[in-house]
Amino acid sequence: MAADTASVASAAQSPTTSDEQSFGSKLWYVLRRWPVLPVIIVALLIFMALSAPWLAPYGQDEQNLRARQAPPIWYTEFYEENERVTDRFILGADHLGRDVLTRIMYGARISLAVAGISLVVGMAVGATLGMVSGFYGKLFDELMMRLVDVWNALPFLLIAILAAIVFGQSVTVLLVLLILATWAGVVRNVRAEVLTLKTRDYVAYSRVAGGSDLRIMWRHLTPGLINTVVVLITLRVGGLILTEAGLSFLGAGVPSNIPTWGNMVSDARQYLNTAWWMAVFPGMAILLIVMSVNFIGDWLRDRWDPRLRQL
Amino acid sequence: MKKFLAQRFVFAIMSLVAATLIVFVLSRMAGDPLLLYAKPGGYGMSEEQIAALSEKLALDRPLIVQYFIWLGRVVTGDFGVTLLAERDVRTVVFEKLGATIQLGIAAFVLATLIGIPLGVVSAIARGTVWDYFGRTFALLGQATPSFFMGIVGILIFAVTLDWLPPGGRPVDENFWPHQVRALVLPTLTLGLLPAAGYLRLTRSSMLEVLDSEYVKLARAKGVNVNTVIWKHAFRNALIPPITVSALILIGFLEGSVLVESVFAWPGVGRLAVDSIHNNDFPLLTGVIFMFAILYVAGSFLADMLYLVIDPRIRYD
Repeated sequence: MAADTASVASAAQSPTTSDEQSFGSKLWYVLRRWPVLPVIIVALLIFMALSAPWLAPYGQDEQNLRARQAPPIWYTEFYEENERVTDRFILGADHLGRDVLTRIMYGARISLAVAGISLVVGMAVGATLGMVSGFYGKLFDELMMRLVDVWNALPFLLIAILAAIVFGQSVTVLLVLLILATWAGVVRNVRAEVLTLKTRDYVAYSRVAGGSDLRIMWRHLTPGLINTVVVLITLRVGGLILTEAGLSFLGAGVPSNIPTWGNMVSDARQYLNTAWWMAVFPGMAILLIVMSVNFIGDWLRDRWDPRLRQL
Repeated sequence: MKKFLAQRFVFAIMSLVAATLIVFVLSRMAGDPLLLYAKPGGYGMSEEQIAALSEKLALDRPLIVQYFIWLGRVVTGDFGVTLLAERDVRTVVFEKLGATIQLGIAAFVLATLIGIPLGVVSAIARGTVWDYFGRTFALLGQATPSFFMGIVGILIFAVTLDWLPPGGRPVDENFWPHQVRALVLPTLTLGLLPAAGYLRLTRSSMLEVLDSEYVKLARAKGVNVNTVIWKHAFRNALIPPITVSALILIGFLEGSVLVESVFAWPGVGRLAVDSIHNNDFPLLTGVIFMFAILYVAGSFLADMLYLVIDPRIRYD
């Protein structure tokens, strides 16, 4: 961001110099080099989520039955004709007269928190197992790798729906399901990394100096793994948000009275004919955040760990 | 090679057992299966009838024993009957399989036709408008939830423009135009993600190959640019996309669950969701068994494709 402001400032100071690049091309240069837009979008959505209780125009479940399916604010004709609808809905209202923007803001809280928590926990579990597997090798390693293989072969979506029905829909069940969906994805990468790291001289020195296994793993191997894990995390966030939305959409996510982006799109299916805004705006929110985090993930990978290029 | 095949075989068996065991246990926990078995009006069943029924279905045994009884029947090809209609599970699954295969093939063709050419163009014309177009398409394709894409498709092409049907699969109508029209939206929805995947993969592997020594040598020798691109580079750049194609086909199984729900497409994905909601556990375990078999077969195919396409790889 520092480069951003600096180039803007210099462009503003000497706009007439002939060898000076135009503002547009400088801006383009910055945008191409740094993931400025995606970072802004993600920051904005996180800000929306955090500030929902204060900034949202209405309450999370506040209904206005007179304004059922009221269109977005730029449909001025609607608001002129229906004088009894005194509220204004920036992105329209849903089938119960709840403000779509408000629910998107509150939905961001659940969607982002669920994705964030399950990702961090899942990654931590996966990375630990990968580390132990690579470090000790032998039977544990063999069993671990077979377990990952088998785990990846499970039809996850169907098992998740079934589990949601058996254990009931709740945030906890969703979190567990998403953690189960995440951990297997990192084990292999971390293990491969550990296999090369553990042959380094500094690991041998540490061992000679009397370092315990735990100390070697924590002090000497973990720092070398951080890049890989961070890159993997950013590359997986998008997929996880999509999985969460998909589960909500199929009725296996959080209970349907809690607004999440997936739930909102799912509700909107029945009202496609009359209220397109109910489906389009929450869907756009999913699309924007996933696209942004994927972009940031690609960028980080190219900088920090280009070996993961094939992912 | 023998060791590899043996490993694969063990993996296949373990995957099948794991998938069906999990589903078996979960579905038995969803409620008393006997009550589900009771037909409408069957709630007045006497104690003896319930006992007889539960003995017949082996429901009085421990869960793990029930599972092995089920497994024993499956080995002989007997998947049992569905709860609701009491029809043979195999027949029901095979009835729906056709619709899913049709959709899967259509989406696969679409993904290949879009992803691979765009990926090549994107790599050759790196940094140009074409490249940005390709990369934007890939970003969008990988970020759009398939159900959202499906809904927007319905909104635009079915509700607003009224060009295409919003869902369903008209089997009784003429193939052209009715069946094809009904296939368009589901195909686009299912094919978008793999198209984006192919594009990225083709682009990156093409860039890698174009940067290699032998391509530079060919250029230095004075071989024509087009020959270098298509004969030297393209053929080798295709290795990664072809080998993931089996995995993409597997991905359609999962994808079909969402897409078929959005478009009311009568395939196995929707059958699975329906059977979960009806707690039709013989049917559900049957469908999951089929999913797992297809998955195992697909990943085996992927490994074999590596061998065929890339002679440098040996499984020793």
